[in-house]
Amino acid sequence: MDSDDEINSVQSSEDDFMDDEDSLGEDFDAVEEPDDFGFSQDKDIKPRKQAYEVDFKVWGPGQIQDQQDKQVEEVSAVIGQPTESTAILLRHARWNKERLIESYMDKRDEVLESSGLSEDKEGSASITKADDFMCDICCEDGKDLDTFAMKCGHRFCVNCYRTYLASKIRDEGEAARIKCPGEGCERIVDSKSLKLLVTEDLKDRYHELLTRTYVDDMNNLKWCPAPDCTYAVECGVKQKDLTKIVPTVTCSCGHHFCFGCSLNDHQPAPCMLVKKWMKKCEDDSETANWISANTKECPKCHSTIEKNGGCNHMTCRKCRHEFCWMCMGVWSEHGTSWYNCNRYEEKSGSDARDAQAKSRQSLERYLHYYNRYANHEQSAKLDKDIYLKTEKKMTQLQSSSNMSWIEVQFLQEASQALQQCRQTLKWTYAFAYYLARNNLTEIFEDNQKDLEMAVENLSEMFEKSTDQLAGLKVEMLDKTSYCKRRRIILLNDTAENLKSGMILIIPNS
Amino acid sequence: MFASKRLGKELSKLQSSTPPGITLVKADDFEEWEMDIRVLDSNPIYNGQTFRLKFRFTPSYPIEPPEVVFVKSDTRPIPMHPHIYTNGIICLDLLDRQGWSPVHNVESVCISLQSMLTSNTKNERPPGDEDFSRRNRLRPRDVNFLFHDNTV
Repeated sequence: MDSDDEINSVQSSEDDFMDDEDSLGEDFDAVEEPDDFGFSQDKDIKPRKQAYEVDFKVWGPGQIQDQQDKQVEEVSAVIGQPTESTAILLRHARWNKERLIESYMDKRDEVLESSGLSEDKEGSASITKADDFMCDICCEDGKDLDTFAMKCGHRFCVNCYRTYLASKIRDEGEAARIKCPGEGCERIVDSKSLKLLVTEDLKDRYHELLTRTYVDDMNNLKWCPAPDCTYAVECGVKQKDLTKIVPTVTCSCGHHFCFGCSLNDHQPAPCMLVKKWMKKCEDDSETANWISANTKECPKCHSTIEKNGGCNHMTCRKCRHEFCWMCMGVWSEHGTSWYNCNRYEEKSGSDARDAQAKSRQSLERYLHYYNRYANHEQSAKLDKDIYLKTEKKMTQLQSSSNMSWIEVQFLQEASQALQQCRQTLKWTYAFAYYLARNNLTEIFEDNQKDLEMAVENLSEMFEKSTDQLAGLKVEMLDKTSYCKRRRIILLNDTAENLKSGMILIIPNS
Repeated sequence: MFASKRLGKELSKLQSSTPPGITLVKADDFEEWEMDIRVLDSNPIYNGQTFRLKFRFTPSYPIEPPEVVFVKSDTRPIPMHPHIYTNGIICLDLLDRQGWSPVHNVESVCISLQSMLTSNTKNERPPGDEDFSRRNRLRPRDVNFLFHDNTV
């Protein structure tokens, strides 16, 4: 588990804080919000929801099943198909009810056919003994052999059918779209047949997989990515809006994640920048950048050369080609001004120089943001240690002073705030890397600086010894809530500018 | 137990007769077989050549597809085809779990590959062949192929 999980697993305190805001807002609903922070604009404090928050709802496994059943029943009543078939149709239509009903009314046979429900052959799904039969899978024959076929008529022995389904469910994780084992047969094994064939131990797995496809198919549902979490989150943010909104949701298990990309909370940076940034940090494109900033290629054999001193008269070690480092021209044609390249100002030469300078500059710019990003990531990891130590400190504090357990909660709260703020700070640096410079960037950087200072101040307090900590309770509480406020201000400001398109992203950076 | 009964039947059928252009080379056990295939018409890309296929079966064959690759020797080259890599790995949906049906068998796989070669007009390797052939250490069944090209 990395520090992100820790950060994301603690959030109750933040909620408390939000609740305070909420009640404030409700009390003064009609009244103008008092500007109690002194530096925030009115829009920063909204009565109900912060600008950077999105509406979402968490569903448990049972509720997801109920949701499905309800939809199946509804549609089943409309189209007059039994629930098993309706379920197959719905899964085939990826749970788009309206479209299914419409197309079913229009071209019933076609819809049935494409979902593998066509009734082209007689006979219903049941286990029978067939005369003169040889199973095409295992080559067994005999009068006593139990066989099974769906309406498509592809008959196999029950053993083979079972093994086939078991392999599909257990090994391949398929459920909703298992096809008939017959070659090229598109017929989907319906739930009735599955009930008949699948052994008890696989049924749970089968139903789990069915539920999973339901959530996967619905655009407004997503599984919580936390390990072993069985909840799904519903959120109405559309894929196309992800450039303008960073939809961070909180699962009932406590995990904060982005609904758009399922990664850990990465506010304020939008998904596509996060993806770009991580790729940039991951691959060694920066090595290439360094090479282009510091080396040139031999014009003849294209060996990469780093010039670490000496004059412009280069002799390639590999091919003995002699050239000028400045203009890259052949040395023998280089004229008489031996060690002072007078072709330097020529266009080709200055272009090459510009390209090189640019490359070096962009590398430095990247490193500036990356170092700060990495620093907060590292600090968040250290904060995780602090968090663990905090618990120890709290017990110490309880025994050394006459504080009760509830009174020392401020330490834990401070630690949680610290981690969450670092997570946000980390991403502000990745975000800033992609920002085009304008007035808003300056405001953004001011906000970033304020939050960073608040975080470092709070972080410092944790270094204090336990006996000192008891006396610092009020100060620590103050700093904690200041950190949280700075974070909310930064996130609100960025979220609003992102939404209104005021923040400009550097293209192709 | 599943595989052996079925493979036994397949073997006795192959031993009595094989379709034109397909010959059984080696089938000493129920784990690994070798087959030779050649193209029947006069496709200039494969004129006069014969190719060796190696089949590997798991105990759950034919529920699971066999692993099928071309193997190279002095007399048996790897056929040029935009879906066949230099290392003999074949990109064919039929051989993948998704495209496989337990009704397929060694003979039908050979026929499919034969016709895949027959209809081919491109004397080339798949894109990224050099890289894949050099770096790939995975067994064919663990490679995630994306079947997007239905033209050849």
